Order: sequence, then C-alpha cells, then structure tokens
Amino acid sequence: MDKHTEVRWHGRAQQGIVTAAKLLGESCMQAGAYVQAFPEFGPERMGAPVKAFNRVSETPIRRHCQVTNPGYVLIADPTLISGVDSGCGLTAGANEDAVYIINTAKSPEEMRSELGLVGKPARVYTVDAAHISIECIGRMMPNTPLLGALARVTEVVPLESVIENFRKNYTKKFGDKVIEGNVKAMQRGHDEVKGL
Amino acid sequence: MSDKKSPPIGGVIERGGTAHEYTTGGWRKFKPVVDHEKCINCLICWVVCPDSAIIAEEGKMIGFDMEHCKGCGLCASECPDKITAITMEEEAD
Amino acid sequence: MAIARNKREQMGLTGNSAVAMAMKQVNPDVFPAYPITPSTTVVEEFSSYVADGAVDTEFIAVESEHSAMSACVGAAAAGARVMTATSSQGLALMWEVLYIASGLRLPIVLCDGNRALSSPINIHCDHSDTMGARDSGWIHLYSETVQEAYDNIFQAVRIAEHPDVMLPVMVCLDGFITTHAIENVTPIGDEEAQEFVGEYKAKNSLLDTDNPVTVGAMALQEPYMVFKYQQSEAIKKAKDVVIEVGKEFEEKFGREYGLFESYRLEDAEVAVVILSSAAGTTKVAVDELRARGKKVGLLRPRLFRPLPHAEIAEALKGLKVVACLDRTDSMSGFGGPLFNDVRSVLYEVENRPLIFGRIFGLGGRDYQVKDALAVFEELLSTLETGKVDELIKYITFDPEAPLSVDGSGC
Repeated sequence: MDKHTEVRWHGRAQQGIVTAAKLLGESCMQAGAYVQAFPEFGPERMGAPVKAFNRVSETPIRRHCQVTNPGYVLIADPTLISGVDSGCGLTAGANEDAVYIINTAKSPEEMRSELGLVGKPARVYTVDAAHISIECIGRMMPNTPLLGALARVTEVVPLESVIENFRKNYTKKFGDKVIEGNVKAMQRGHDEVKGL
Repeated sequence: MSDKKSPPIGGVIERGGTAHEYTTGGWRKFKPVVDHEKCINCLICWVVCPDSAIIAEEGKMIGFDMEHCKGCGLCASECPDKITAITMEEEAD
Repeated sequence: MAIARNKREQMGLTGNSAVAMAMKQVNPDVFPAYPITPSTTVVEEFSSYVADGAVDTEFIAVESEHSAMSACVGAAAAGARVMTATSSQGLALMWEVLYIASGLRLPIVLCDGNRALSSPINIHCDHSDTMGARDSGWIHLYSETVQEAYDNIFQAVRIAEHPDVMLPVMVCLDGFITTHAIENVTPIGDEEAQEFVGEYKAKNSLLDTDNPVTVGAMALQEPYMVFKYQQSEAIKKAKDVVIEVGKEFEEKFGREYGLFESYRLEDAEVAVVILSSAAGTTKVAVDELRARGKKVGLLRPRLFRPLPHAEIAEALKGLKVVACLDRTDSMSGFGGPLFNDVRSVLYEVENRPLIFGRIFGLGGRDYQVKDALAVFEELLSTLETGKVDELIKYITFDPEAPLSVDGSGC
C-alpha cells in the first residue's frame, strides 16, 4: 500500500457500500493504519446513487474533505455506468493508474471499454458479487464479495484481517448464520475476481 | 442577597422563607377586620391569602399578620356570603 | 506496506459513537434529549446504553429541544450531572433556555453536531447553529477530529463543574464530516474516565427539602447587573481552567489540548485562522507550501468562548497577513464572527497584520486542499502588494457560476 491511499465506493442506497467502507476502515485500523471511512451523505432514498470513501494512511490523516482523486474505485452496481444514472462520475478525478473493481458478470475488458479506459494504465477487475451474495447470503448484497476482491487485487489489507474484524465485531449484531454467509462471500469474491 | 459582598452565584436564594423578612404591610390602603362572633373558622381566607397573612392556630382563624398583609381584600371577598365575618376598612393615615 | 501496530488499543468510531461512548463513561445522572440530524446517533446510542443498564442515567425523552434544555436546567438545578446532544434547529429551539442555563450557572454539557440553519433546509455542516449561540454565556469548544470530540467531553465536564466557572459547555464537532466519519480513536479506560471527571457535588439542590433554595428568582435593576458581572468574571476565568484541565488530561492520557492549536506558526509570515475539521484540510495545504519554502501557518481556536483574545493576539502578532475563514455568515454585512473577533483582537497589536475574512463551506459545501491553497495564494499576494484586495468574500463558491459544482446527487 502507498503511504496514503484513497478509496471511493459507488453504489445504490441499501447495497451496503457504507458498511463496506466501514469494514475496510476497521480492518485497516486493526492492522495498525490510520483510517477514515465516511459516506457522502444525503437524504436516505433506497436505490438512489450513493458514494462512500476511505482514507488509509501510515500517518495521521488530517484532511477532512471528500475523496476526489481516488486510487481505488469500487462499483457495486454496474447500472451506474450506463443508463439513467450514468454521469455519476465513476472515473472522475481518479488517478490514471487507479484500480477499478466492478460488480458484474462481464469481463474486465468489456468494463474497461464501458468505462472509457481503453489504452489507459488503469487496472480493471470484475467480480460477480451480486451472484455470489445471493448464493452465500440469500440476498443481493454485493459489498462483502467486493471487499474480498479488493483484498485480493490490492495490498490495502489482507483478507484474513477483513474476516477477523468482521467476525470479532459483528457476530453480536448479525448472528452466526449471516456472519458465516458473508465470510464465505468475501472468500469467494477473493477467489473469483477476474482480470489478474 | 444574603451577603452583600459575595452574592450567591446564579442568583440562587440559598435558604427558604426569606419572603418573611420582607415586610409588605405598609403597602395597604385598606385593612381586613374580622368579626370573631360571625367567623365559622372555615379557613377559606387562610387558603386564598396570597401573602400567607392569615394567622390560624388549631383550626381556628386568629387574625392577620399585619406586617405582610397588603390589603388586597381577597379574604373579605371569599368569606362566605352568609357569614361576611371579614370586611375591609380604610387604613388610618 | 508493513503497518506497525499502534501501541495503544484503538477503535474505529464515528464522531457520534465516540461522543456517546464518552458520555457513557462519564455516566451522567440525567440525559434529556430530542434527536435531530446529524447528532441523532449520539442520542440513539446513549439511550441504548441506558436500556442496557450500562449507565445509571435517567434518560428523559422530551417533546422538543426547548423541553430538552428546560429539563437539563431543572435537573442541573436539582444537583444532577446533566448532558444532552443536539444540532441546528434543535439548538435554535433551545435558545431562550440556553441563557437561563448559563445565567443560573448550571454546568450542563451539550454536544452539538454543527449543522446549517434553515432556510433553505439543509442537514449538512456549517457553524451557523453554535455561532448564533456564541454570546449565550456558554463555553464553546470546537473539535477538529473524532478523537478530539471524544476527549473534549471529559474535559467539558471538568471545566463546567469547576467551582470558579460553574457554566454550561458546548462541545462542537462538524456535522457528518466528523459526526459520521469513522476515524481512529484511542479511548480511555472506564475507570480512568471516572477518576478524571470525579464525583459532582452540587452546592445546592432543589430536591433537598431540608435546605430549601430558590432558583430563578427575579433580580431587577440593581442585583441583575451584579449577577451578570459575576457571570462575566466566571467565563473569563474559564480560560485558565481550560488550560489547567487540558494539562491534566495531557499528563494522564498523552494528548495535548490548549486554548488553540498553532500549526507551523513560529516563523510564519501569513496564516489562516479556522475552526474544526477544515483546519485539518488546511494543514495539508500548509505542509505543501512549507515544502515549497513558503512561510505559512495556521491557528485553530479550540476555545472560542470565552475568546482567548490576549493569547490569540500574542500568537498572531508577528504575522504580516491573516485570513479568517468562517463556516458561517453572520449576515451583519461585515463578515463572519471569527473574522470580526480576530480582527478586533488584532487592533491592540503593534504593527498589526493585514487581515481579510472568507466565508466557506456553508451547508456542507466541500472545502478541499485546493481551496485552502487558494486562500494561501491570496495571502501571499497580499503579502507582496501590502494591500488587501477584498476584505470579505465567499469562497468555495463562484458567484458567476454558483451551481457549477457537481450537483448530480451521485
């Protein structure tokens, strides 16, 4: 990981990206880093496009503004790329060599073209997080498989730390069945990510 | 203010019953007078007096605390119509 | 990256969770509250602590913020240690009772998640709410980070209850930016917290029928001014108490707190004065410019009321140009409150620096490093010309294209 890493999550309200940012922040913190995890707030409207952010750093984080130049972009809903909600600025401000991880059944090549990143140094990965979550958790919750994929393709945080934090801090809240379903989803996201 | 040099902070009055030390009897224009022959000791006057100036002992109306009675006349006004034991008289100059 | 594990055990907490946890550790006697965005989760989490029996607190669910503060006043007059939380319109509805709390010298601690005031309706951060209450006789502490908001709660209790002070304290943190962001927090232990705040023994209690007192008596022409003088002296004394409590906190827990934070100010020629979370973002700009050899610095007031005027004057006296950034407009037509106060403070300074005021980030409009850099650019060009171009101006905002920022909502 760089000295200072910035992550931007794109999704729709109720897809769990705020929780994903929280989980990522906590996991990195438990690995000893300084972190921030915060959503872009607004009225809560299920299905509306939302963003969440992370900063992870070796040194205390001073900036308290939104993340505008992310090194990592996670897209929990591929319908944000085209259609009514295109123009959500998925690539806006992102570093040239940013890492993109997208929840889709499509290939990284297809997504690279849809995002307009052909010929650019950006690294594009895909994972069928929707499918994985339905199989593991029983509902469409693409956040935890995306976290697994992030752990695999980057060095932000190892998968074991993400799982350890999740089991440690959320068992009381969710119960064993949901916890283990999500752990499985993280593991599968980690194993099944394409584009490596 | 109990102590003029260091008044209590926040304007708290730090003990009860301080109103007793502030005499208001001089404010009267009319004073209440009771006719003990007529009085049935119903003590309605004691209940309504805003200045706690009705002196009552062992269930009996004894008289008035003239150091605090402001002469408002509530006692006379509330004294039952058939009794009218309390009446108001002009305060002598 | 091999991340070295931090020595002390840390938690990832939002500002609101951290504040609620601090309040739990203080274990106040009474907590009257009416939830409002963005401080809702303070009230929500604290009420969970009450329901779980984690605290001995009497939680009073009230029907409005006016009632919340009224219940705070009643409970504090009864001798209880009292806390509450609010934001924006909630603080506005508490208004008349805020003055009663301070006038009665009741050491209530309130946490405000700073949020804009309506209209238009907006739930995001600016300082209009607490800045409007700046002259209500409350002590105001502004927090830059989640850690500081957490630490300020404990210190607020001690400052408020100090016998020389006996005044209510407002702990302010930026709505959403700090209230809802998870950051690293090094908590203090429950026992350490209890030891630090100590037991509160009120001088009088409304409920002590053996020693009856009157609270809220009238005080007309003569005595009124006596009590206001007392209050004015008390809030002045609060400054020393803030320093003293901050020192003790540092000795015990290793984190330093004073009246304000000076950042790379020693040899600076120009500086920004700014409150709360935006100060952090500004420090990044300071570092960037320092790396380029520019003599720039920052002053972040932590204690805003009482205003540590002599100390601020001392800290700013060597500067050539100062910019005051307000996250509110006082609508006086003469800039924000921070600008006005700091400008007034500088009047006594010999060879006083030039000063200008900028209003930024209203209603949660993002204030980024580039915005801070632009202010420093203005400062440096003013340094060169020796003349302030525009005394007061809105920034993070282009009046020619006011809605030019991404308004897509995604």
